[in-house]
Amino acid sequence: MRITAEELSWSVAGTPVVRDVSADIAPGETVGLLGPNGSGKSSLLRCLAGLRTPDTGTVRYDGECVRDWSARRIAHHVAFVEQDSGADSDLRVADVVGLGRTPFRDRWRGPDATDRAVVAAALERVGLTALADRSWKSLSGGERQRAHIARGLAQQPYGLLLDEPTNHLDVKHQLELMELLTGTEQTVLVALHDLSLAARYCDRLLLLHHGHLIASGTPAAVLTV
Amino acid sequence: MSADPVARAGAVDLLLPTARGRTVTEGSVTTPRSGRSTATRAVLFLLAALALAGSVTAAVRIGTADMDWTDLARVLGTHLGLDVEPLPPLVDSLIWDLRLPRVLMAALVGASLAVCGTVLQAVTRNALADPYLLGVSSGASTGAVAVIVLGVGASALGATGGALAGALLSFGLLLSLLRRTGLDTVRIVLTGVVVGQLFTALTSLVLMASADADTTRAVTHWLLGSMAPARWNTVVVCAIVTPLGLLAAWLCSNALDGLAFGTDTAASLGIGVRRTRMLLLVVTATLTAVAVATVGAIGFVGLIVPHGVRFLIGPLHRVLLPYAALAGAVFLVWTDALARIAFAPREVPVGVITALLGVPLFLLVLRKRGEL
Repeated sequence: MRITAEELSWSVAGTPVVRDVSADIAPGETVGLLGPNGSGKSSLLRCLAGLRTPDTGTVRYDGECVRDWSARRIAHHVAFVEQDSGADSDLRVADVVGLGRTPFRDRWRGPDATDRAVVAAALERVGLTALADRSWKSLSGGERQRAHIARGLAQQPYGLLLDEPTNHLDVKHQLELMELLTGTEQTVLVALHDLSLAARYCDRLLLLHHGHLIASGTPAAVLTV
Repeated sequence: MSADPVARAGAVDLLLPTARGRTVTEGSVTTPRSGRSTATRAVLFLLAALALAGSVTAAVRIGTADMDWTDLARVLGTHLGLDVEPLPPLVDSLIWDLRLPRVLMAALVGASLAVCGTVLQAVTRNALADPYLLGVSSGASTGAVAVIVLGVGASALGATGGALAGALLSFGLLLSLLRRTGLDTVRIVLTGVVVGQLFTALTSLVLMASADADTTRAVTHWLLGSMAPARWNTVVVCAIVTPLGLLAAWLCSNALDGLAFGTDTAASLGIGVRRTRMLLLVVTATLTAVAVATVGAIGFVGLIVPHGVRFLIGPLHRVLLPYAALAGAVFLVWTDALARIAFAPREVPVGVITALLGVPLFLLVLRKRGEL
């Protein structure tokens, strides 16, 4: 799925956070979003995930403007994985990953065999099968991060938008996550702080500064600006 | 993590959108189901329903005037039009007009308050939330006191109508304040506390300024919560509102689970966060208003029951909510029975007993969260 931002701007209480950003992510591409803290990475990701309504500009999935789409329709297209929100839930890990099936369930029925199979596949993909029955509260920060990624994968999305997913992960799991993201045929936009990971695994990089997109291109081109 | 897509060995990668139409048959999935098996849950639910039926039946017999099972059967038979020998009118009235509505009301209010507590704890992401958090009970109290003491609209509304009007007024104020600040979790809690304090102050002001000693005593007793005012007409209202509220909350089960992980994560799952929160707040406010309007302010049921049931059954709201409703009903039926017999012939307000049970639990939860 192609994800496009056209002259996107978003502000908080009059303070611009994302300024006139235009970007185009081709189907199947893995794009890294770079920039210092406060540069607008998380806000841009949220605009692209339909979680914030831009002040001006347009977000398009495969050329179609998503401004008036319902949350459910957007969830059928992209999965958004934020940094751990510090939730203190008693849910089992498998149930948290199962939340990714929410867009596909009607209100009257619980999870069926297909939902459970998808959850099993997602848990296996991030290496958490052994922890499926563990309480969310008992997980480490890294395990929670992997569970959130599994929850995003369980949405069977066309596009994955991830906000610094390598935080809390040890080096082994950082590398495995990036290999997972580059190995999929889904469109991926991932905010990263680690330049070496970005250079090694991403097809292209977007560099934000004070909400402006100041560079876009291959890792070699962007990181040598 | 496995970087190699599952497409190996010819298998379909279930995590890709292209696998969406694919269905998996039961028996081919090895992922553990949520907590207990469906059969175990069904048995537990049946046992809980039987416990409720048994509790209601037993509680009708409990009180200052003893009666046996056959009395209850004869009264039910008489009023259902069966060919049974009627009881003397006084005994029949005691059971049919007083005991039975009272016990059924306790069951319905207990279920309502437990469902409200379960929902509010999820919506506000606050383990200490209960129906009184929104300030709706305080508004209901003010409305009833205004009718009883000042006679505002007394002819048209009565104390029950006044309580309902007050509850809706306080909820309207809450919503109008939240409209300016948004439905942020902390703001809901803080605004609810502010609204509750405002209406509590208004109640005290009305009582201090206008009520005589007898009225003040009667109102104070009502404010503490009692099932004594329950009659069939109020039971019918609760019997309609409570199942509808439970159903509305149950249909939002997935959203309640998702909200635990924050607004953005919930919205990214396709949940209309703002609309769902508003719906759930209206549901809890209505359930609380109807309960308070009828039997006064009974605190802590919405705190005690959800925590207990969550411990036994697990936190998934799809399962938790029906059990919480049943457990809340059983809890308040027996608490009310205790209120009737503990200091018989004098009756203790049931709200006093639920508070005595709830405060230690409140402290326990605070301690568990490291805030005490």
